[in-house]
Amino acid sequence: MIQALSGQLLIGLINGSFYALLSLGLAIIFGLLSVVNFAHGAQYMLGAFVAWMGLQYLGVGYWWALLLTPAVVGLLGVVFERLFLRRLYGLDPLYGLLLTFGVTLVLEGLFQNAFGISGNSYPVPAALQGGTNLGFMYLPRYRAWVVAVSMVVCFGSWFVIEKTRLGAYLRAGTENPALLQAFGVNVPLMFTLTYGYGVALAAFAGVMAAPIYQVTPLMGSGVIMVVFAIVVIGGMGSIVGSIVTGLGLGLVEGLTKFLYAPASDVVVFVVMALVLLLRPAGLFGRQR
Amino acid sequence: MLAIGLTAPFYVYPVFAMDVLCMALFASAFNLLLGYAGLLSFGHAAFLGAAAYVTGQAVKVWGLPIELGILAGTSVAALLGLIFGALAIRRSGIYFAMITLGFAQMVYFLVLQMPWTGGEDGLQGIPRSKLLGILGLSGNLPMYYFVYALFLAGFWVIYRTIHSPFGQVLRAIRENEPRALSLGYDVDRYKLLAFVISAGLSGMAGSMKALVYQSATLSDVHWHRSGAVILMTLLGGMGTPLGPSVGALIVVGLENYLASTGSWVTVITGGVFMACVLAFRRGIVGEILALVKRSF
Repeated sequence: MIQALSGQLLIGLINGSFYALLSLGLAIIFGLLSVVNFAHGAQYMLGAFVAWMGLQYLGVGYWWALLLTPAVVGLLGVVFERLFLRRLYGLDPLYGLLLTFGVTLVLEGLFQNAFGISGNSYPVPAALQGGTNLGFMYLPRYRAWVVAVSMVVCFGSWFVIEKTRLGAYLRAGTENPALLQAFGVNVPLMFTLTYGYGVALAAFAGVMAAPIYQVTPLMGSGVIMVVFAIVVIGGMGSIVGSIVTGLGLGLVEGLTKFLYAPASDVVVFVVMALVLLLRPAGLFGRQR
Repeated sequence: MLAIGLTAPFYVYPVFAMDVLCMALFASAFNLLLGYAGLLSFGHAAFLGAAAYVTGQAVKVWGLPIELGILAGTSVAALLGLIFGALAIRRSGIYFAMITLGFAQMVYFLVLQMPWTGGEDGLQGIPRSKLLGILGLSGNLPMYYFVYALFLAGFWVIYRTIHSPFGQVLRAIRENEPRALSLGYDVDRYKLLAFVISAGLSGMAGSMKALVYQSATLSDVHWHRSGAVILMTLLGGMGTPLGPSVGALIVVGLENYLASTGSWVTVITGGVFMACVLAFRRGIVGEILALVKRSF
C-alpha cells in the first residue's frame, strides 16, 4: 500500500521535474519574446533523439550528450529564431504560436519518416545504475539524479534571472524592450540568446528523459499539451510559479494514478478547468 | 460556387467531394470564431470528433434515424462548446488557445478510454439509413446531395451571422475589446455565443463526416485535426466568408494526394503552415481581395 503510493508519487515527482524544466523554458521565452513556443515538445524530442543518435552512430556517451545536445539543439533554435521567428515580432502573438506549431509538425514528421513510431531505448549510464532501498520504497539511482539535477537547473535559472545583472536585463526586457534598447543594450541579440537558452533547456530535459521514457518521435507532443495546461494553471508571470506548479501537478498526477488510474491522463486538465473557475488569472499569474 | 457544388460528383470522386464539404463547413465554423471574433481555438477537433462519435452511437446502437443522429451530434457539440467556451473566455489571446487545446486533449483521452467508443478502433459500420424514412442514402450520389444541402444550410447560418448586427459587434470586439466593453456590450456573452455557434456547426460537420465514412475514429478528435482546421482557415484566408472552403479544398486535396507518402504529409502540412504564417498571412482569398481592392 504505502509502497505503491510512494512509487506513484516518485513517478509523479519525476514527471513533475520534466514539467518544471519545460514550463520554465516556455515561461522564459514567453516572458521576453511574447512567443508561445509550441515547438518546445518537439525540441525536447529532438534532444532525446540527438543523444540517442550520438550514442548509436558516434558512440557519444550520456555525460557528453548531456553537455553537447543542449548546445547543438540550442544552436538550431538560434538559427530558427534568426531566420524565421524574428519576422513575427510586433505581430499578434498568435502567429508565433502558429509558426512554432508548423515547426512541430515538420520535426515530428521528419523523425517519424526516419525512425518510425516505435520506441528506441537509451541505456542508463553505468555510474547511475542500481538504486537504494529506503525501507518503505526502492529508489532507483537514475531517478533520484533526474529530480536533483532538474531542481539544480531550475533554481539556477531562477537565481540568474532574479539575482544577477544579466537577469536584470532580461526582466527589464520583459517589461519594456524598447526602453532597454534605448539604454544601449543589444535587445535583438538578447532575444536570440533567450530563445536559444529556452530551447537548450528543452533539449536538456530530453536527454535526461531518454533513459527513462522511450525515445520516440511523438514523445514531445503528449508532454507539451500537459505543460501548456500547467502554464495556464500557474500563470506565466513568475519563474518560481512555473517550477512549483510543474512539480505540484506531477505529484497530483502520481496521486491520481494511485487512487484511480484511468483519470490520471485527464486530471491536469480538470485542475485547469477548476483553476479557471476559481482563479482565472492562474495561481501565480496576473491578468494581462 | 453553387454550380461547382451541384456538378462536383460528376467529375470528382463523390466521397472526396463530401470530405471537402464536411471540412469546408468545419473550417467555416472555425473561421467564425478566429476570423470574426479573433479567438484562436486550438481544440476544435473536440467538437467535430465528439459529434461524430455521438452520431455514430445514436444511429448504430440506438437505431435513431439519421436526421436525429445529426441533431444529437450537433447538440452535444454545442453543449460542449457552451461548457468549454464559458471557461476558456475567462482568459484571452494566447491562453485561450492553450486552454482550448487542453480541453480538446481531455476529450481525446475520454474518447480513448470510454467503453462505448471502441478505443483505438473507433466506431465502425455506422449505417446510412433512409432520410425521413423514404430517401435511401446508401448510394454515394444521393448522400452527396444530402451532405451538400447540409453544408449550404450551415454555410448560410454562418454567412447570416457574420452579416448580422451580432457579427458587427464580434468584429468590434476583435478590433478593440476595451472599447466594445466601454460602449456597453457584454463582451463575454457575445464571445460565448459565437463559440457555441461555432462549436455546434463544427459538430454538424463531424456528424456528416461520420455518416459519409460510416465510422468515427480517434483521428477526428486528435490535435492534428485541430491544427488542420487552423491551416485551412489560414491558407484560404481568415475573416473572408469563402476562404476556409478554399483552404479546405486545398488541404483535403493535399492530404489525399500525399496519403501514400506516409509521414511526409505531416512534414508538408507543417511546411505550408510556416509559409502561410511567414509569407502570406491574408491567405489565398484574402490576397485576391486585397489585389482586387488595389487595382480598382
